[in-house]
Amino acid sequence: MAETLLSRPENLPVGPTGRQGVGWWGVSTLVVSEAALFAYLLFAYFYTGATAPRGWLLESAPRLQVALPNTVMLLVSSLAVFWAERGLMKGRRGQTLAALGVAFVLGAAFVVLQCVEWRGKPYRLGDSSEASLYFVTTGMHAAHVVVGLVALAALSCWTALNYFSARRRMAVAAVALYWHFVNVISVCVFLTYYVTPYLGFGR
Amino acid sequence: MNAHLWPLTYLTSAGARAASVVPLTWYLLTVSIIVVLVIAMLLWAGVRRSRPHDLNVGMSAIPVERGDNGIRWISVGVMVSAVPLVVALVWTMLTLAAVAGPPAHPGLVLDVTGRQWWWEVRYNADSPPDIFETANEIHIPVGVPVLVRLHGGDVIHSFWVPQLTGKTDTIPGQVNLSWLEADKPGRYLGQCTEFCGFQHAHMQFEVVAEPRAQFDRWESQQRQSAPAPVTPQATRGLALVEYRCGLCHRVRGTDAGAISAPDLTHLMSRRTIAAGTLINNPGNLVGWIQNPQNIKPGSLMPNQVLSAAQLSDTLAYLESLK
Amino acid sequence: MMQPELRTPAVDVDSIAHEARLYSLWETAPGLKGFLSSVDHKTIGIRYIVTAFVFLALGGVEALVIRLQLAGPNLTLLTPSEYNQFFSTHGMTMIFLYAAPVLSGFSNYLWPLLLGSRDMAFPRLNALSYWIYLAAGLFLYAGFLTGNGPNDGWFNYVPYASRDFNPGLNQDFYALGMVFLGVSTTVGSANFVVTAFRTRAPGMSINRIPIMVWGTLTASVANLLVVPAVSLAFFMLWMDRQFGTHFFDPAGGGQPLLWQHLFWIFGHPWVYAIVLPAMGMVSDGLPVFCRRPVVGYSLVALATVATMILGFGVWVHHMFATGLPGLGLSFFSGASIVIVLPSAVAVFAWLATIWLGRPVITTAFLFFSSMILLFVIGGVSGFMTASVPVDWQLTDTYFVVAHLHYVLIGINVFPVVGALYFWFPKMTGRMLDEKLGRWNFWIMFIGFNLAFLPMHLTGLLGMPRRVYTYAANGGWGTLNLITSIGSFLFAAGVLLLLINVMKSLKSGAAAGRNPWDAPTLEWAVSSPPPPYNFAVIPTVASRHPLWEGRLGTEGDRSSLDRGMLLVEGKETIGTSGLDADPDMVLKMSKDSFAPISLAAGMSVLFTGLLLKLWALAIVGAVICTMALIAWFWPLHELREREAPHG
Repeated sequence: MAETLLSRPENLPVGPTGRQGVGWWGVSTLVVSEAALFAYLLFAYFYTGATAPRGWLLESAPRLQVALPNTVMLLVSSLAVFWAERGLMKGRRGQTLAALGVAFVLGAAFVVLQCVEWRGKPYRLGDSSEASLYFVTTGMHAAHVVVGLVALAALSCWTALNYFSARRRMAVAAVALYWHFVNVISVCVFLTYYVTPYLGFGR
Repeated sequence: MNAHLWPLTYLTSAGARAASVVPLTWYLLTVSIIVVLVIAMLLWAGVRRSRPHDLNVGMSAIPVERGDNGIRWISVGVMVSAVPLVVALVWTMLTLAAVAGPPAHPGLVLDVTGRQWWWEVRYNADSPPDIFETANEIHIPVGVPVLVRLHGGDVIHSFWVPQLTGKTDTIPGQVNLSWLEADKPGRYLGQCTEFCGFQHAHMQFEVVAEPRAQFDRWESQQRQSAPAPVTPQATRGLALVEYRCGLCHRVRGTDAGAISAPDLTHLMSRRTIAAGTLINNPGNLVGWIQNPQNIKPGSLMPNQVLSAAQLSDTLAYLESLK
Repeated sequence: MMQPELRTPAVDVDSIAHEARLYSLWETAPGLKGFLSSVDHKTIGIRYIVTAFVFLALGGVEALVIRLQLAGPNLTLLTPSEYNQFFSTHGMTMIFLYAAPVLSGFSNYLWPLLLGSRDMAFPRLNALSYWIYLAAGLFLYAGFLTGNGPNDGWFNYVPYASRDFNPGLNQDFYALGMVFLGVSTTVGSANFVVTAFRTRAPGMSINRIPIMVWGTLTASVANLLVVPAVSLAFFMLWMDRQFGTHFFDPAGGGQPLLWQHLFWIFGHPWVYAIVLPAMGMVSDGLPVFCRRPVVGYSLVALATVATMILGFGVWVHHMFATGLPGLGLSFFSGASIVIVLPSAVAVFAWLATIWLGRPVITTAFLFFSSMILLFVIGGVSGFMTASVPVDWQLTDTYFVVAHLHYVLIGINVFPVVGALYFWFPKMTGRMLDEKLGRWNFWIMFIGFNLAFLPMHLTGLLGMPRRVYTYAANGGWGTLNLITSIGSFLFAAGVLLLLINVMKSLKSGAAAGRNPWDAPTLEWAVSSPPPPYNFAVIPTVASRHPLWEGRLGTEGDRSSLDRGMLLVEGKETIGTSGLDADPDMVLKMSKDSFAPISLAAGMSVLFTGLLLKLWALAIVGAVICTMALIAWFWPLHELREREAPHG
C-alpha cells in the first residue's frame, strides 16, 4: 500500500532572513540582465573597432589621471557597503549609517569626476563611432551609479528609522549586490576603454 | 520550372555559380517533402486509432494507463532524422566551398552600387576615358566568370540574379564580392532583395549575356560619349536635358554631369527604364518624365513640369542617345 | 545574528473557517480600486491573454489588408508608405504584442496552480509586467494610428532606419516603444525564474514539473540574457537619430552590421522563446487526451533546454547574405542544421504518445495534434534555409515568409488555441462548445494551409518579400490570389473562436473541477480557482498527482487534502531549487497601486523622450522614482523590516 507523503517541516524561517529570501534572487536576475547589457556595449566597442580601418581610436593613449583613481574610488565604496552590511550583522547601527554615508559620498564623487573627465575629453559625443561608444558606455555606467546612489540614500533613511537588524536586512544585502555589480562593471569599462588602447587595439 | 514563365525562379539555372546549388536545393526540397509526408501519415494513422465511442462517455470513464515507455520512438526517430541532416551538412560545406569564392581569374570586373531605387553599374578599363557607367542593365560575355564588386550607396540593398547567382547585400561602408557566369546567351532578371524603402518593389535589373563579339560591340558603343544633336528640335532638347535633367543625371559629352541618378548617355540601348518597371518606349519615357511619382511613388525623381513642346524636344534628344 | 523568527507551520485538512480566513486575506477588493491594484496572478494572466488576443485581432486585420493589396499584380489599395507601415506593424504586433504576451498570460495564470503555490514569487512585479506591456503596446500603436507606425520591417535595418532616410517619428515610436516593452519582458522573466526555483510545492522536485514550466523557464532565462541586446540596439538607433551619435553610420565610423548582430543575437533566441512554452503546453495537454503520461519526459525537458542553448549560436543565419567570411558562415550553417535534432525529439515524443496511448478526439486534441504537422512543415523549410548556398537563393523571398508563418502560427497560435480549449474550463468554470470548436478547428486549419502552403512555391518561383506590389511578369498572380483567399478563410476560423468564447462565457456547460480527468494540480481546485489557489499546501510525490493509483506505480502518494495551512497572513511556502524541500515561509504582498503608478510614470517618461519634451521626461522620471520608493519601502507584513516598537 503506497504511503501518502505529507510535508511537515519544523522551525521554518518566516520571511527573508539575512540574505536568504526571494528579494536577493530577484536582484540577482536584474544583475544578470544588466551584466548582459554591458557585455553588449563592450561587444559593440570591440566589433566596431575590429572592423574599422586603422586610426579608429581618437586618443591612442587615453589619460588615466582621472579614470584610474575614479575606478579605485568606486572599489573602495564597495568596501564601505560591505562594511555597512557587517554593521547590521553585528547590531551596530552607527557603523552601518557611517559606512552607507561614505559609500554615498564616494559614489557621488565618482559621478562628479566622471563629468569632469567628460569635459576634458578632446572629442564630443557626435564626433565618431568611438566617441559615441565612449560617452554612451560611461554614461550608462554613471546612470547605474546614480540609481545606486538613490538606493543608498533610501537605505540610509531606513537604517536611521531603525528598520533593519541582523535578521531583517534583505534590502541592504540586495542593494549591496547591485552596488558591487556596478563596480565590477566599472572595472570592465576601464579595462576596455583605458587599457586596451595601450595594448594596441583600435589604433 | 520554366524560367520564361517565372524569370526569378532558381529551381533551374543558367550559369555555373547557380548551377552548383540547384541539385542541393532539390535534395533539401525532396527530403523536406518526404519528411512531411511521413510525419503526416504517422500522425494520421495515430489519430485514426481513436475509438469513436470514447467521446460519448466522458473523459473520466476512459481509463488512464502508464503505457509503454516509448523511448525507442524517440531514439529511432532522431537517428533516422540525423542521416539526411548529416548528408545536408556535408553537401552544404562542399557546395559552399565551390561557390563562395570569386573566381581567381575573372574575365570581367564590375562595380555595382545599390541605390534607392536603381542599380549603378561601372565598367572599368585600363585607360580612364574608356571607363563608363550605365544603369540597371548589365551586359556580360557568355561563358566568362564575372566578378561583381558590390558597394553600398545609401541603404542596404541586395544583388540577386536567381538564374545566375545567389544574393549578396550592398552595405554602405564595405565592399562585398559576388560573381556570376552565364552558360548561354539570354536576358536574366535580377531583383533587389533587401527591403530598402518605398520602391523596393520596383528595383529590378537585367543581366544580358551575349556572345563575345556582340559583347565587345556593346562595350565599345557604351564607351562613346553622346553624339551631338543633329536636328534643331534635338538641340533644344539637349539644352533642356543639360539644364533640368543634368541636376541629377549625366550624359557624357554634354554639360549634364551629375551622378545622383542613372547615367543616360546610352539610354536608348536599354530595354527597360525605371529599374525594370517600364519597357523603354517613347510613350513610357514621356509618361515617366512627366509623372514618376505616379509610377514609382516615393522615388527620388520629382515630377517634371514641361510643356508639350518641351517634352517632344526632350524626347527627340533622348532618342539620339543610342 | 539575532534569533531568526521561526515557525512550525500548522498542518491540517481544509475547513470552512479556514477558507473564510483565506478568502479575506487573498480576495481582491471589488470595483475600480481592486481592478487597478490587483496582484492576483490569475487576474493578471487573464488580462495578458485578453490583451494579447486584441493585438492578435489587430495584427490579423493588418494582414488581411496586406493580402487584399497583394491579391493581384499592380493593385493600388495602399500606397508604398502605407504598405510599409502595415507590414511592419503586422510583424511587430504579432511577434512582440501577441506571441510572447499570450504565453506569459497562460504561464502567469497556470504556474502557481501547476506548481502547488499560492502566487508567483513577486506579485507586484507581475502586475507591473502587465501594465508596462499594455502601456508600451498603446505607445507603439499611437504611432501606427497617427501614420507614424514602424515602416522598416520588424527587424528594422539601418541605414534605412536612420534619420537621413527615415526622418519622421516612425522610427522613434518603434525604438522607444521597444525599449519600454523590453522592461516588461525582463521583469516578467525575472519573476518566472525565481518562481520556478523558489516557490514549488514540497516534493515537486525539478523532474516532476510540467514541461510547460520547463518551456517558460528556459525562455525566461534566455530573455534575461538577450533582451538587453535589442534594447541597446534600439537605444543606439534613437541616439543616432536624435543626438548625432555614429553607432551605425559608416560616414562617422559606425557599422551598419552592428545593428544586425545585436538585433539577431536577441532575435533568434526570441523566436525560440515564443514557441518553447507553447510546445510545453502541447507536451502537457496532448497526453491528457491520450490517457497516458507523455513519452520521454526527461528527453523532452532536456531537448527544450538544448534547443535554447543551441539557439544562442545560430543568429548569423539571418545574415548569410551580408558578405561575412566563409568560415563563420559554415559554423552557423552547421549549428542551424544541428538544432533540428532536439526539435525532432519533441516531435517523436508527441507521435509516440498518440500511438502508445488512447487518443480521444476533442477540439483541444485536434489543435494539439495538428500542430505536430505544422511544426514539421515549418521545421523543414527552416532546415532548407540553414544551408548557406541554398539560403542565398531562398532568403528574402516568400519562401521565408511561408517558413516563419508555419513556425509562428503552427507552433504558437495552434497550441495557444488548444490551450484555450483545454484551460478555459478551469479559468471560467464553463466549457467551450465542442461543435463550434470543430468548425473553428477545420476552418482555421484549412484556411491556414490554403494561405501558406502555396507560399512556399511563390518563394521558390522568386517572389521577393516586403514588396507592396508585383508585376505580372513574375508569374505569381494566381498563387497570391490563393494565399489571399486562404487568409480570409483563416481569419473566419479565428472569428469562430472568438464567437465560441463569447457564447460559452454566457451559456457554456458547467465545467466542474476536472472535466478532462487530467493529472496535474490545477485540476484539484475548483473552476475557477479560489483567489488563494490551494486551501492547504499540497505535498507532491509524482508528475501526475491526480493519476496516482491508476498508473500502477509503487511510489508514494501525493497529499492533496492535508497539508500546511499557512494562514497567518498572505503566505505561501518557499522551497529549495532542485528537490523542493520547504525552507522558508514566504510573506506575499497585498494588492498595491505601486505597479500601475510606476507604469504610468514610465509612460510619461517615454512620451517626453519621444517628443523631446525634456521637462516632461523629468516629470516622468520623478514619478517613477517616487513609485519605486513607495514600492520598496520596507514593510513588516512582508518581514522586510523589524516590527515597529511601541
